[in-house]
Order: sequence, then C-alpha cells, then structure tokens
Amino acid sequence: MIPAEFRYLCPSTVDEAVRMLAEEGEDAKVIAGGQSLVPVLRMRLAAPTALIDIGGLTELTGVRDDGDSLLIGAMTTHYEVQRDHLIHDHALLLKLVTDTVADPQVRHRGTFGGSLCHADPAGDLLAPALALDAVMIIAGPGGRREVPASEFFVGYFETALAPDEILIDVRVPKYTGWGAHYEKLNRVAQAWSIVAVAAAVQVRDGTIAAARVGLTNVGAGPVRAVDVESALVGQPATAEAISEAALRASTGDGYKDNLARVLTGRALTAAVAG
Amino acid sequence: MHISVNVDGVTYADEVEPRLLLVHYLRERLGKTGTVVGCDTGNCGACTVHLDGHSVKSCQMFAVQANGHEVTTIEGLARDGKLHPVQQAFRSNHALQCGFCTPGMIMQAIDLLADEPDPDDETVRKGLEGNLCRCTGYQNIVRAVQDAAHRMRPGAGPKMEQHSDDHVTATQPVGGE
Amino acid sequence: MTATAEPEVGKARLRKEDARLITGQTKWTDNIQLTGMLHMAVLRSPVAHARIRHIDCSRATAMPGVALVLTGEDFAAEQGSLPCAWPITEDMKSPPAPALAVDQVNFAGEAVALVIADNAYRAADALAAIDVDYDELPVVLDMEEALKDQDLVHPDLGTNKCATWVFDSAEAGSGTDVEEAIASAEVVIERTFRQQRLIPSFMEPRSVVVDPSADMFTMWSATQIPHILRWMLSAVTGIAEHKIRVIAPDVGGGFGGKLQVTPEEVLCLLAARRMGRPVKWTESRTESMLSAHHGRDQIQKITLSARRDGTVTGLKVELLADMGAYLRLVTPGIPILGAFMFNAIYKFPAYRFECTNVFTNKTPTDAYRGAGRPEATFAIERMMDELAVELGMDPMKIREMNWIKHDEFPFTTVAGMTYDSGNYEAATARAMELFGYDDLREEQKRRRESGDPVQLGIGISTYTEMCGLAPSRVLGALRYAAGGWETASIRMLPTGKVEVITGTSPHGQGHETVWSQIVADRLGVPFEDVEVLHGDTASSHKGMDSYGSRSLTVGGTALVHAADKVLAKARKLAAHMMECDEADVEFAAGSFSVRGTSTARTLGDVVLAAHVAHDLPEGMEPGMDADATFDPDNFSFPHGTHLCATEVDTETGMVKIRSYVAVDDVGTVVNPLIVDGQVHGGLAQGIAQALYEEAIHDEMGTLTTATFADYLVPSAADLPAFMTARTATPATSNPLGVKGVGEAGTIASTPAVVNSVLDAVRHLGVRDIEMPLSPERVWTALQGGSADASTPAAGGLGSIDAQGGQS
Repeated sequence: MIPAEFRYLCPSTVDEAVRMLAEEGEDAKVIAGGQSLVPVLRMRLAAPTALIDIGGLTELTGVRDDGDSLLIGAMTTHYEVQRDHLIHDHALLLKLVTDTVADPQVRHRGTFGGSLCHADPAGDLLAPALALDAVMIIAGPGGRREVPASEFFVGYFETALAPDEILIDVRVPKYTGWGAHYEKLNRVAQAWSIVAVAAAVQVRDGTIAAARVGLTNVGAGPVRAVDVESALVGQPATAEAISEAALRASTGDGYKDNLARVLTGRALTAAVAG
Repeated sequence: MHISVNVDGVTYADEVEPRLLLVHYLRERLGKTGTVVGCDTGNCGACTVHLDGHSVKSCQMFAVQANGHEVTTIEGLARDGKLHPVQQAFRSNHALQCGFCTPGMIMQAIDLLADEPDPDDETVRKGLEGNLCRCTGYQNIVRAVQDAAHRMRPGAGPKMEQHSDDHVTATQPVGGE
Repeated sequence: MTATAEPEVGKARLRKEDARLITGQTKWTDNIQLTGMLHMAVLRSPVAHARIRHIDCSRATAMPGVALVLTGEDFAAEQGSLPCAWPITEDMKSPPAPALAVDQVNFAGEAVALVIADNAYRAADALAAIDVDYDELPVVLDMEEALKDQDLVHPDLGTNKCATWVFDSAEAGSGTDVEEAIASAEVVIERTFRQQRLIPSFMEPRSVVVDPSADMFTMWSATQIPHILRWMLSAVTGIAEHKIRVIAPDVGGGFGGKLQVTPEEVLCLLAARRMGRPVKWTESRTESMLSAHHGRDQIQKITLSARRDGTVTGLKVELLADMGAYLRLVTPGIPILGAFMFNAIYKFPAYRFECTNVFTNKTPTDAYRGAGRPEATFAIERMMDELAVELGMDPMKIREMNWIKHDEFPFTTVAGMTYDSGNYEAATARAMELFGYDDLREEQKRRRESGDPVQLGIGISTYTEMCGLAPSRVLGALRYAAGGWETASIRMLPTGKVEVITGTSPHGQGHETVWSQIVADRLGVPFEDVEVLHGDTASSHKGMDSYGSRSLTVGGTALVHAADKVLAKARKLAAHMMECDEADVEFAAGSFSVRGTSTARTLGDVVLAAHVAHDLPEGMEPGMDADATFDPDNFSFPHGTHLCATEVDTETGMVKIRSYVAVDDVGTVVNPLIVDGQVHGGLAQGIAQALYEEAIHDEMGTLTTATFADYLVPSAADLPAFMTARTATPATSNPLGVKGVGEAGTIASTPAVVNSVLDAVRHLGVRDIEMPLSPERVWTALQGGSADASTPAAGGLGSIDAQGGQS
C-alpha cells in the first residue's frame, strides 16, 4: 500500500518545528518514529498535506537527571529507554513496559513521546505514564506549557495536544528503589494487549508505603486504579493484602473486568517481589 | 527531495518523492530486490534492514528519513564471497523453505545476536517476534540463530567468520530516530 | 562421472535452493522489471453485495501517469468467466465469475475497476479518484440463513444452495446403513463443530507480470500451478494455448492459496494485450486477505454410534460448506476431499457423508493446506474423545480398540478407500514414549486435586490422510475436470551432467534438492551434477503442478520411471559398446559392466556415445533422454500420532502449549531435514487454527481481519519447540515407498490442541469451545457461558483513528 503525496519538512530546532506546524495548518502532521503513523499513511487512513519530521531534533533525545525527577526527551527511542541507566534506577516500570512494546525493529525507531501522543488505548506506555504521574512538556506558538498525564490523555486516540503543539519532554518523578512489573495479556506477541497492568510499589519494612497502578486497554484511554492504590497503602506486603486490593481494579463481571483484577494481582505480586 | 544514502557500502545520491518508502527505494531505484515487502502494517518483518547498525522495517519509513544514514541489506552481508555466519547457519539448519521471510529473518537475527551473543530459546523467539514465517514453524530458525551464535563466538573460527558485518555492528545507537 | 558413495535417498542433504534465498538473489515475480512496463492497480468493492449503478473514471483517467482506467463493462466482452474445474454434481449451481465485476459485486474485496499507470504510486493515486455508485443489496453471510433463500447472493440462480454431494456406504456397497446403526446403537453421540474461516497467508503477496511482445504472451505469476494456469487462461480468454507461456519463478509459499486462476492474472493478461506493453500487478497484504481465496469455513454436524464397550458402529456426517460468493478453481470439491477421511483410521461398519455447499457474500473459499482433510480429522478426533468421555474410557484406549491393526493392511475402508500400508500401533507407541504420557497424566491428576489455577490437558490425534493427488480415474469419477498424473523428463547432457524437468511446481518444498537426490541414486551420478528445471511451461512442457502432498509420490515416481527409461536405453547401448549380450550387462554405482568380467563403461561414456551417435545399435535414436508420465493407481496414506499437552490458565483463559510430540509415518523418507521442516510448518498452521487465526466478517460483510495486525499469524514467540520423530511403513503404491508430508502437520495438530484444552477444563464443566480458542472464549466457557464467538479482542488497525496525534 502506498501513501498519498505530502510535503516533507525537516526542522532543525523545536522552535522551527513549531513555526512550521503553525504555517502548515491543521492538515500537517508531526512524524516522530513513524511506527504507527506510516502504516496509517500507507493505508490512506490519513492523508496529511505535510509531514514535519522531528527525527533530526537531537535536543529531544536522551534522558536527563533533573533532581527529583527524570526528563525523558520525546524522541528517545524505545530501544534507548530499555537501556538507559537513569530509567532503570529511577523508573524501572518504564523499562519493563517498554520491553514489551511491539518488536525489536519497531523499538529501534519508535519513540517514547510518539507513543504517548498516538494515544492508542491499547498502547503500552500510557498506563505507566499516568500511574507514575508523568508530566508532558509541550512546545507551542505561545511557548512551553506543562500538562500532567491525567489531563493529557483525554480520550480514544486523543490527547490535550493542540494541532500546533509538539510534545518535547516528559517529566517523570523518580521512583528510586520501587518494585515494578508490567503484566500483559495478548493473544500473540504482536497483538495489542487485551488488558495489561502496570504496577510500581514501594515497600518499607514489609509494609506497602506507596503504590501506583495503571491499566491498559480497559477504556478509551489509560485508567489509573486509584482504589487499588489506596487500599494497599499501609498494608503488609502479603499475598492476602494484594489479592484484596486487586479486587478493586474493576467491579464489573465481564472478561476484561476479570482480567483487570487478575492481572492487577499478578502485577502487584511481582512488583513486591522484585 | 535530494537524498544521499549509503547502502551496502555504496553511497547513492538520488532525487526522491517524500512519500517513497525506503523499501521501494531499495527495490525499485537501487535494484536491491533481496529486501521484500510482505505486509502493509509493519507486522511481518520481511523488509527488515539495518539502519546505522540497527534493525528497522524498511516499509515503515520513508527513503527521505534515511538521508545521511547507512543502510545494510541482505545483499550487503557476504564479504569477499563468504557468507555471513548467520546466512550459513540458516542454510545448515534448514531454517528456510520458501525463503520469502528469510532476508528479514537473517537481518533481525544479526541484530539480535549483536545484543544477545548467547541467546537461549526464549530469547531468540522474543527477539524474532517482529518477523513472521509461514513455512518453518520457526523451529529450525531458532536452531539456526543459536548455531550462528556458536559460530560467531570468539575463538569459534577465523576472525573473518566471527562477524563479517563490521560496519554494521560497530555503529553505536544513534538518537533522533 | 563418479559413483555416489552412499545412498542419496535418506540423506539429510542441505538444499540447493538456499544459496539464492539467503543472499537476496531470489527471483520473485515482483522483482521483474521490463522495458516499458506499466503497473496495474485494482479498485475493490468496499461493500459485500450491491448493484453497480455507475462508475466515474474521468478524474482518474486525467491524472498524471495514468494510461488507462477500465471497468468490468470495458472488459465484459473479452474477460470470460473464471474457471471452476470441479462441478461436483450434475445439477451444481455455478454463477458466472467475471474477473472484473460488471454490474454487481458479491463480496467486499471484489475487483470493480483497474488502473494502468506508469508506476505503482501513480496507479494507487488514481484508484482513489474513481467514483463508484453502489446500490446496496441485502447481505447473505450465515450459511443456515442463506439456505432459507430469503435473500439471494445470485438472484439468477434462484437459490443460495450450490450443490449437495452424498456418499453412503450402504449405497456404495462399502458398508452398511448408518441410520440402522444409529437406531440400534447402545450409545449415540451428536456434536456440531465449526471450522472457522482461515486465510492461507503465504508470505509472498501475489504478483503477476505479463509481457505481450514477440507474438507471445509471457506471464510470470506467483502461482503454484503454472501448467493448469496456462490451460485455464486459454480457456477463459480464448487466447490460443500455444501463444501463452507461464512462468512461476521463485514463489514464496502457497499452502493452497496460490492454487488458483485469479481475476488479476486474467486482468493483467488482458491489460497487457490492450496496451501492447508489459504490465505488472503486485498485491498489498490487505488486498491479498480480502480477495485471495480463503480456506475452511464449515459447519459439521456429526453423529457417532457405538457399543458400550467402545466399539464404533456408525458415523454420519452432515456438512454445510461456505463457498463464498463464487466458485473458484476447485472451491466446491474441497469439502468433498474430506468425504473419504472422516472414518479415518477406524473400522466403522456404516458411514454416510452429506455435504451441502452454500453461497454467501464473502470471499470465495478454496484449497488451504489439507483441504477437506483437516476438517475431517478434526471432527473424528474430537468425536473419539467425546466417546471416551461418554464411556469413561481412556481416549487412547478407545482409539486403539477401533483402529485398523498393522496386520490388517491392505484395508478397504467404509468410504471405499484402500489403505495400502500403515502401523498405527508403532507410531503411537513411539509418541507415548517421547511424550511421557503417564507422567503427564499424574501431573494432571495432582493439579486437578489441588485446584491449581493452571490446569493441564492432554490431547490426542491419531490421524491418517490421503495424499498423492490423484489417480485420474478417481478424479474422473468425482467429476474433476483434469487428471492427476505427473510428468518428468531427464536429459542426459554430453558431458554426463543431468537436466531434470519436472511438472511439479515447488514454492518452498525443496524439489530441486530432493529430485536431485532421487536421480543421483537411480543413475549413480553425483548429487551436484543434477539440475532441476521447473515452473516454466516453455521448458517444463506439461505437468499438474504442486498441491495435495502430491509432488513426491506422483512426480517423484514419474522421475524414477524416466530414470529407468534412461537406464534401459543405456544398457542396450552399453551391451553394444562392450559387445556382449544385454542380459549380461550389470549396472551399479553409475557404471555398466559385463557380468563376470572387468569390462565396464560408465554411464557418462554411454551417454557420450549416444550423443555422438557414431555407432549405435540398429534402430536406436541418438541421444539419451527420456520422458515418463505416472498416473497413480491409488492415493497414499500417511498417518501418525500427535500428542499435545497444554496448560490452561483458568483465571485468564490463556492457553500455553507445554509440549508437542509428533510421530509421523510418511513412508520412505528421501530427505529427513525437509520432512521435519514440512512437519514443523504444518504444525504451526494447525496450531494457529486451534488457537489464533480467524477471518471475521462484520454484519455488513466487511472483513475486519484484513491485516496481519488483526489476523493473528503466530510468531516464533507464540509457538513451542516441537518434538518430532518418525516410523516408516513404506507405501506399496509407488516404487519409492513415499507417502507425502506437506499437509500432515496441519491435519493432525488442530484436534490435538483442542482435545488437549478440553481435557484440561472438562472437569470444570466445559464441554466444547469454538475455534480459535482465544483466552476470552476459554474463560467464558469456564464461567459456564456460551463458548461461541464473542467480541474479538480489542486493538487492531480497525481501531486506529486517522486523526490520532503525533506518532
């Protein structure tokens, strides 16, 4: 399948990219790693008049230590996230989730920021971004603004990003020493999750001090299991406490509700153990 | 748009439409038909090539995005008439039948072995999850990759045989993709 | 010329084909570039059933690079009707099948217009500029509903029923009356199974190039059947057959999916004729999934009668088979191929098979790996388990007491087939040993007792199949329009090298290697000295091509006969050269000698003598070539025992294959590497039917699984390592003793997996789960709910929103 024609623009700075986006108008599109966008273009599900390729913006790649948090450049590839020491030490959950994103070839080109902006409800990175209180740093014609993940994911394939804005960085608070796990159920390795659960847990002296739980593909966007999190805090890190809390991941009786509960229990168990 | 791409050691300068997929540039413009197209959605991996030393799906990017980069295809693996150890292992282990997925499988297997020099069965299977094969049931492919790992292990043979794909593996990951 | 050191047959030769395939030097059809070549793109109907009111091509025609835009009306006079070579009954209903729809579309994906442009990108652009006005008609999707004939796929036929085909053992005289057996039975089991619709999913998308120059139409096509294709193209278009040359270059898999005369082959030919220039068409994966034929899609109602001791007494099979919208090359015959296999390896005294073929507004079905036999094997192997459960018997025990014993061969079955050889006991014993059957049963017991959330199941499939399609007289009796023979030629070159020409058309099977082994052995020449030519009707002048596990049993036998003809002539000439009586000539290891003397001539000497022809016996023609055509007397009947252990996560419904043992008896093995490879690949496809793959249409008739993101072909990460072994009971129906191996793995594995999953959860109240056994279906069944298809798993490109943000 063959995409429709478009003009191709290669900005060399973020500001230039923002300017181009403004000039090109609503029919222009930003291309990051392109691993979701290129198939969409090939199948002509979208036909933007211009593509603004931010692949050359080296200022958007890499992970920086910023005191209490990490700053992850939007154009950092999944492959880089998987191997980054700062992420491993301070946001292990992101590494574990990224390990499961698509396949090795896609992880070489696909980007952290691109996945968040694509906002596929079955996409793996949304739930951990939400659960870890990530903050999106966005560049637009009016300058920079910050949007917390809880306000960034607004619906099915929909974010708070305006058409003339670009996600440039993601701030993730440090979760140093937290246990983490991503429990994903998909029919085949390449398939989207039916449901997946991202969990990070801080255990102090056998007691759960804090917990973060995000659910993938149970709604139009990622879902944070706040009831589960609050039920865990102050509880002993035991199987009983976890099973009890996991029941609050969903109250329905459908298949996905069941998976939300079962996989939450498993994710928490592994997170506490690891 | 004007691009300059190094493919299998040769630098090409071409004028291309921005929408031209990298795989079509390789096949139609450069005649590198060893790299094939098996799907529209990036699932099958038949089009896998290396971009600056890392495996990518060449149907999932545009030729213009390869401007200034280095591409290695299945046709650039053999050195001085000698097959790459992974190519050799695919043949020795009957890891192919119709052979359509094979170029992509081999390119991905080389990438996998660069990261995991001694992979177990599960590591190989996970490492190849972006490549579909309809003929082999993967059994002999897994065996071939492990056999290649053995052949490429230091001391396993003449240096030439260990990894003839030097310019591919020597390149470090680059950002900005 | 030197003798080969050890027998080639049985040797694990590395493949000759691989050198080009691992270096990217392969000749796929889409690689072909010809001077002045144009590109064809096909516009396909987005709706499943509609009248075409109007097609406006004016915008498309005016686009840059576009040479021609054509609709079905433009081609109506010359495109003919796509062929169906298997009218299974005299009164079978067969609608006209235009390559390009003229006034009505009958499935989503049907071709409605085409563009010829100077490159593929511009052709694709022009497709988007063609406007088609459709008047939608009611959509017929469900077979049972279709048979009520309320809405008709083809109103002119007056019905959606295509044909009903019956085999009854009482009428045929091969057994007794099944209704009586059921009426008098101690136990009767009745079940309904659904064979979901599958997509063959060969990796190489189809591609066609036609060069109309030089007073000849040369077609390259990614096809399994160059010979049949040439014949049929001539029949459809009226172009004289000798003016058509078909070449199947390297072909990237087929699995039955390229056993077809496609609309695009006809269109490419007609377009090239009209343009007077070469035209290429290469499909996208989505086009392939929408319009290349699908497989399976049956509803099977099975009634089995037995005695309380477990002895089976009767089998009644009532099938509905979905043809889709048209009858393609062998569409109606596919379910009929199963008719002779439902009784399988068991001694049923009474049998009846009745199949009703039904039209729906879906992509046509046709051959897919196994073609009729996987369906039959699934049904009978599921039923044997059901009987074991009903009687509280071990499922292997009940098979054993009903199967044909090794000393009962040859055995004529209730379906009228004569199984020449087999040893089910041996294959089963080997499989049980490799599998560790008893230990797994122990573990299963422990898990059940402890209420483990992960339950273990054991599934059995003791299968046979019929291969080596096919004795021409049988095909004739089944009203198939062609024969089932195969041809081989051997050309001895003056330097002693050998050219083999085969009528088979490999697309991954390794014929170049295996045919070389056979000839090397027979003629005593080195393996490397043999070159195999195939897949070009100009060099390989006749053949019936490759499908139905036929190539080795039929084509290999033809090759043996051709080699024997070469030797017979060479022996005569050798006697002349050595001045002895022909009866005193011995042949061994590539050399003729006079018995009891040291006088000898190598085959090479004799071939050269024949070539220069200076001194030949009276009446002998120069040269040393031979042709042979072999028409088998019988099918061949590979068999085996497959055992599958699955772990079923009762909390999520996820199924994991823990171990899989396949012991197959394919008769004599020429190349064990290739045989194992065929089994591995077959297993993957059969397992995929059990667990993953399904072509799903929505209520409008749109295929919602038209990409590899939605149609779940398993990757390496989704499949287990297989343990394979063999027993060898040579076939008696051919000189090589071979039986065929292409389809065995696919046929055997699907019921082994499903039986295994059911065995894991049956004690929890689950009776059946429809394929594919998705986690949701397994979980739903465990909740006591309907195991029917529920909503497909979320995700897939169907869910991609084009308005999505930066990605």
